[in-house]
Amino acid sequence: METVLPGATAPFSTLLYVLIPGLPFLGFLLNGLLNKKLSSTVAGAIGTLAVLGSFLLSVFLFVNFKYQYTVNLFDWISVGSLQIPFSYQIDQLSLLMLLLITGVGTLIHIYSIGYMHHDENVGKFFSFLNLFVFSMLILVLGANFVILFIGWEGVGLCSYLLIGFWNKNTSYNNAAKKAFIINRVGDLGFLLGIFLMYLTFNSVQYAEVFQKASLGQFGNYGVGVVTVITLLLFVGAMGKSAQLPLYTWLPDAMAGPTPVSALIHAATMVTAGIYLVLRSNVLFTLAPQTLEVVGIIGLATALFAATIGLAQNDIKKVLAYSTVSQLGYMFLALGVMGYTSSFFHVLTHAFFKALLFLGAGSVIHAMSNEQDMRRMGGLRKALPITFLTMLIGCLAISGIPPFAGFFSKDEILSHVYEHSKVMWVIGVFTSFLTAFYMFRLLFLTFFGEFRGTEEQRHHLHESPASMTLPLIVLAILSAVGGFMGAPMFVGKHYLADFLAPIFTYSRQILPAAFNTEPEHSTELMLMGISVAVAVVGIVLAYVMYVARAQRPAEDDAQRSAPENLVYHKYYIDELYDNLIVKPVMALSTGLYKFVENGIIDPIANGVGRVTLAGGQLLRAVQTGSVETYLILMVIGIVLILGLNFGRL
Amino acid sequence: MTNASIVPAVIHEVPLQYYVFFATALFCIGVTGVLIRRNAIIIFMCIELMLNAVNILLTAFAAYRADPNGQVFVFFIMAVAAAEVSVGLGIIVMIYRNFQNTDVNLLSRLRG
Repeated sequence: METVLPGATAPFSTLLYVLIPGLPFLGFLLNGLLNKKLSSTVAGAIGTLAVLGSFLLSVFLFVNFKYQYTVNLFDWISVGSLQIPFSYQIDQLSLLMLLLITGVGTLIHIYSIGYMHHDENVGKFFSFLNLFVFSMLILVLGANFVILFIGWEGVGLCSYLLIGFWNKNTSYNNAAKKAFIINRVGDLGFLLGIFLMYLTFNSVQYAEVFQKASLGQFGNYGVGVVTVITLLLFVGAMGKSAQLPLYTWLPDAMAGPTPVSALIHAATMVTAGIYLVLRSNVLFTLAPQTLEVVGIIGLATALFAATIGLAQNDIKKVLAYSTVSQLGYMFLALGVMGYTSSFFHVLTHAFFKALLFLGAGSVIHAMSNEQDMRRMGGLRKALPITFLTMLIGCLAISGIPPFAGFFSKDEILSHVYEHSKVMWVIGVFTSFLTAFYMFRLLFLTFFGEFRGTEEQRHHLHESPASMTLPLIVLAILSAVGGFMGAPMFVGKHYLADFLAPIFTYSRQILPAAFNTEPEHSTELMLMGISVAVAVVGIVLAYVMYVARAQRPAEDDAQRSAPENLVYHKYYIDELYDNLIVKPVMALSTGLYKFVENGIIDPIANGVGRVTLAGGQLLRAVQTGSVETYLILMVIGIVLILGLNFGRL
Repeated sequence: MTNASIVPAVIHEVPLQYYVFFATALFCIGVTGVLIRRNAIIIFMCIELMLNAVNILLTAFAAYRADPNGQVFVFFIMAVAAAEVSVGLGIIVMIYRNFQNTDVNLLSRLRG
């Protein structure tokens, strides 16, 4: 690896860099403008080829990558001392994100061709998906926080559009609005963070901000300002990555079509928060208090969401809570400065969670849109490919070696162990819960007797090749993806070595945090414990749902108090509803009744009425009689002449 | 520049005031006609009266002062008046076709 040259020029034509986000944007325009004119196959082909094109370009960049550089496209904002160029940052982190987004994105686009084939708005669907990929690419490519923010808002918008894609259903629309509004709360924090960052460093450009921060140049402020900035950035990350207390939108976001849940709400968009923290790792390293907060919130979210996941009966809701929980793990890793392991988990999680969601989509497709696991069961024979791939996904997320999730989760837990034993215990317990509820899902869906209607049984079928192919590819990735960071098995932590330059400044600031090599025996012990715990979870699930063939109680069944609490997701939605939504609604209603109806409307209508009355008064002048006009004209002329010359 | 000396004596046979009185009278008749008559053609003729009153004044003064500018101006006025008549008469013909009448009070559509 060559040394990092600041301001090194781009080795390829600018067009290449423009095309990476440009192709999906083109796909968005084509599908969006020709929405009704394209057949569903053509629309799917355009959308998929656009993303595939930028995937190939990303692979080309990745293969030819030698040193970090920025690509300046144009000067975007230039006001006084505020200079914001529109430029791309090409480095290890953004390249891996590019590959992840376009790679998983391509698979999910292919899957969507099959999944959405019967929908009436396929063109609209693919145009939104492409717009999402475009925004996400802008998010990771940008070389400053403002461009990141554009992408950030872009993906938020697409998330809103796609959650409410079936907009004839009011509850789906409400879910879309909920996602959008809760994300606004986080975005406010993020924006304030950017403002404060500009005040402190007089720049929002990554290179400049991080360099100044690492040299301790905080402008007019002390080092404490970094804590405030990072806390504000983290509020933004909390919103986007669904952490406590802003997580409630993600489970509701499952209203969208399943490929959307897989792409946006599991594999890519929700990891934007992680990306933000990783990108500004220098700032976070400088603010140990923030890191502590990040770690605690991550751990709390991981545990909290996992417990809710135990009692969910909607197959997608279980996966949604498991996503929240896994995101919690990633933040936990960030909090204990396991930056690489956090990103490792981002990658592996993208594989297996996309796989699980697509598998769930395949099940839902086969079950004629039934999502309740109480109505499934015994699908193993009807859907063999879906079953096998989902089994791999479940093994991966539960942390069973040698599947991908094992390596990343184990790395996170060993970092946590170094940091705090208590947090490690909670983390391992969460890992037990994860294994249990994932296999509960698998057993309820694929084992036992079929519990659906006769009509559904008759309709059962394996999904078409366009849907099973992405499942198989993702299953392979979930199975072997972990070896990019498995020094024990392949001798080298490829991912950590590759990503090392991203953390150069952080390493200078806190070298100790990067040189923690746990003893071999400790590491083996930690691995053994987490695998054992996961196996216990799986066995427990097997005993409950296969051996004893239990099935979850119906909605109106009697529950014990703790069960009830978990089943109702700790009443958090109700709490927010009563604490925030209802008072705000009451306030708006009050303002509408008294201010709008009582003050604003009379003023606006009053202006109209005065004008109308004035017109009535003056219309008498307009007699329409030519004679009157002539007389008035002559009188006028006489008056003018008289006044002008009468004085002479 | 005026050359009063080259004006032939016969011009001065009629005093200038007479022309002024005559033109004023003609103009007033025109104005009154425009104001009190309702037939569009009569009104039109009265406008011609007013124009010609002004023309007389212009020629009279031009002759008395031996300055051709005034008379040149009169030609312009006559040319413009001719054009105006053609347009005006056209309008009147259209009014007649629509109303079988040329009473200007019929044209009161612009009443507010």
